[in-house]
Amino acid sequence: MKNRKLASLPAIPYVFWMALFVVVPLVLIVVYAFTSESGGFTLENFSSIGSYTMVFVRSLVLSLIATAVCLIIGYPVAYVISKEGPTFQRVAMMLIMLPMWINFLLRTYAWMSILENTGLINTFLSDIGIIGLINRLFGLSIDHLPLINTSGAVILGMVYNYLPFMIIPIHSVIVKIDKATIEAAEDLGADSVTVFRKVIFPLSLPGVLSGITMVFVPSVSTFILSKLLGGGTSMLLGDLIELQFMGGAYNPHLGSAISLVMMIIVMACMAVMNRFGDGEEQAVIM
Amino acid sequence: MKKNLVLSAALIAAVAVLLSACGSSEPQEVVNVFNWGENIDESIFDDFEEQTGIKVNYKVYESNEQLYTMLKQGGINYDVIIPSDYMISRMIDEDMLEKIDYANVPNLSSIDPQYLNLEFDPNQEYSVPYTWGVVGVIYNTKTVTEPVTSWSILFNEKYSGSILQFDNSRDAMATALFYLGYDINTTDKAQLDEAFDLLTKQKPMLQGYYMDQQFDKLEGGEAAIGVYYAGDAVTMMSNNPDLAFVVPSEGSNFFVDAMCIPKGAANKANGEAFINFMCEDDIVIRNMEVTGYATPSASAYAILDDELKNNPIIFPDKSILDNCQTYVNLPAETLELYNDYWTKLKS
Repeated sequence: MKNRKLASLPAIPYVFWMALFVVVPLVLIVVYAFTSESGGFTLENFSSIGSYTMVFVRSLVLSLIATAVCLIIGYPVAYVISKEGPTFQRVAMMLIMLPMWINFLLRTYAWMSILENTGLINTFLSDIGIIGLINRLFGLSIDHLPLINTSGAVILGMVYNYLPFMIIPIHSVIVKIDKATIEAAEDLGADSVTVFRKVIFPLSLPGVLSGITMVFVPSVSTFILSKLLGGGTSMLLGDLIELQFMGGAYNPHLGSAISLVMMIIVMACMAVMNRFGDGEEQAVIM
Repeated sequence: MKKNLVLSAALIAAVAVLLSACGSSEPQEVVNVFNWGENIDESIFDDFEEQTGIKVNYKVYESNEQLYTMLKQGGINYDVIIPSDYMISRMIDEDMLEKIDYANVPNLSSIDPQYLNLEFDPNQEYSVPYTWGVVGVIYNTKTVTEPVTSWSILFNEKYSGSILQFDNSRDAMATALFYLGYDINTTDKAQLDEAFDLLTKQKPMLQGYYMDQQFDKLEGGEAAIGVYYAGDAVTMMSNNPDLAFVVPSEGSNFFVDAMCIPKGAANKANGEAFINFMCEDDIVIRNMEVTGYATPSASAYAILDDELKNNPIIFPDKSILDNCQTYVNLPAETLELYNDYWTKLKS
């Protein structure tokens, strides 16, 4: 008995940490969400969320698209890398993580100067005559392609910033797949497409699911991307919450209520995804 | 168990050494300053430290509203803040400011009396004016070839996609209220609704809502029309000579930013020393050269270069100033309405 108590001692710092920085803030959010400025209980914060439905929809749609794009780009990359030798894998993984060593804001500012109307891409396109060509072909008179301040730019920002979070978990799962299972499938006459479809992909699903979670959750709550790449005219959930705390409209009660609803939506999405994932795996096993 | 004892003993020893190391160094006097972005010559901090031994911790905010929010939330401690007029009166109303002991700010005497005892601090108890200026339209003369005289340029379909708007509710609403010919301090809901509708119509024409990012967008030619403060316009124009600044004929906002000490400041005396230092003539001029904002100091104005003195943007003509209005603090219901509009507009 005494020994067991001693063994759990090392966990105390983290339990303390978690209580202080995870549980207490969550309780505060809940308290704020259900109270008014005068301190009394109210549900008004939640009823006023209705007028921001568009922001919720926009955030969910954009982050779902970004997650899908990350998966489409990230899975093949993770797969191809995992087929290479250990040195190549180490270098490739390092290169994929390299941008994350640079500050998030800095990377986003760089994208701004690439996408701007007078930015790198538009200047290049007009210099080599592509813009003029488009104008002649379609009878337009534009002097630049609308790249920045669009939903596309926001999605691009999400994909660029969160792609590594998709590749890394998928890669680490594929690498661990027992070669024997693949050989067994081949011995039984499966061609490479079938091997991938029936063996490798199903076995890599846990990685895919954690990749989806790790891209979707930060995307849906991101808050500076829409301001910098979207011009701040199409707000996302994170910006709406930021506005209630740090921006022009100070209302921490509404901000907390929105945060709470967002958390519930994210958790619901995750639950559905996990259920779906379990089903897939079982189906494959059967 | 024995091993544990040794470990914890070592840990305690390490902590003790660390603590004593902290204790032995002399406590450094500090002053925590919270200011608008791009609103000071940061090299003066070294001079201040040299003169007084007080180290300046410097942070910036983007708008009056952000400053207000951060102070309201608490958990931060600043000794000097530099809000604008209407925010100062709101902070006085809400008991968020400390009275300044002017015995520690003898340089107050250098301030031109016309900038003292203004509406926001009628008894001159809480503030020391730092800068003043007007709001106006900044536009690129290469892309906007027509003469610009009115706020209507901000709502002109022709420049759709090249217009920038303020990213704070008070200034943004004022652009619409001026254009509609209403008082910028109106509390009439019908007029405010009309202004909000106008901003809603303007939204699709905007490149975005920005504060200090307007510098990059306008200087780089990314946007053609912006709306910002005169001092910053001077900075932008020196970086891109194609830019021009105009105070629209319908009138504009005249503002005074003043140094204040927030309630509960830990180093009030240091704050007062800093405020006093900021009013010294050579410091005033160095700040002016960087920020481009007009000074309320009479003694500094007297020794100013003619080039600055005669700059019509920094020191606008009296006829322009007479046509300008100052913000006053709005009643709570109107402020709530502003918050509501602003969230709706931006979502």
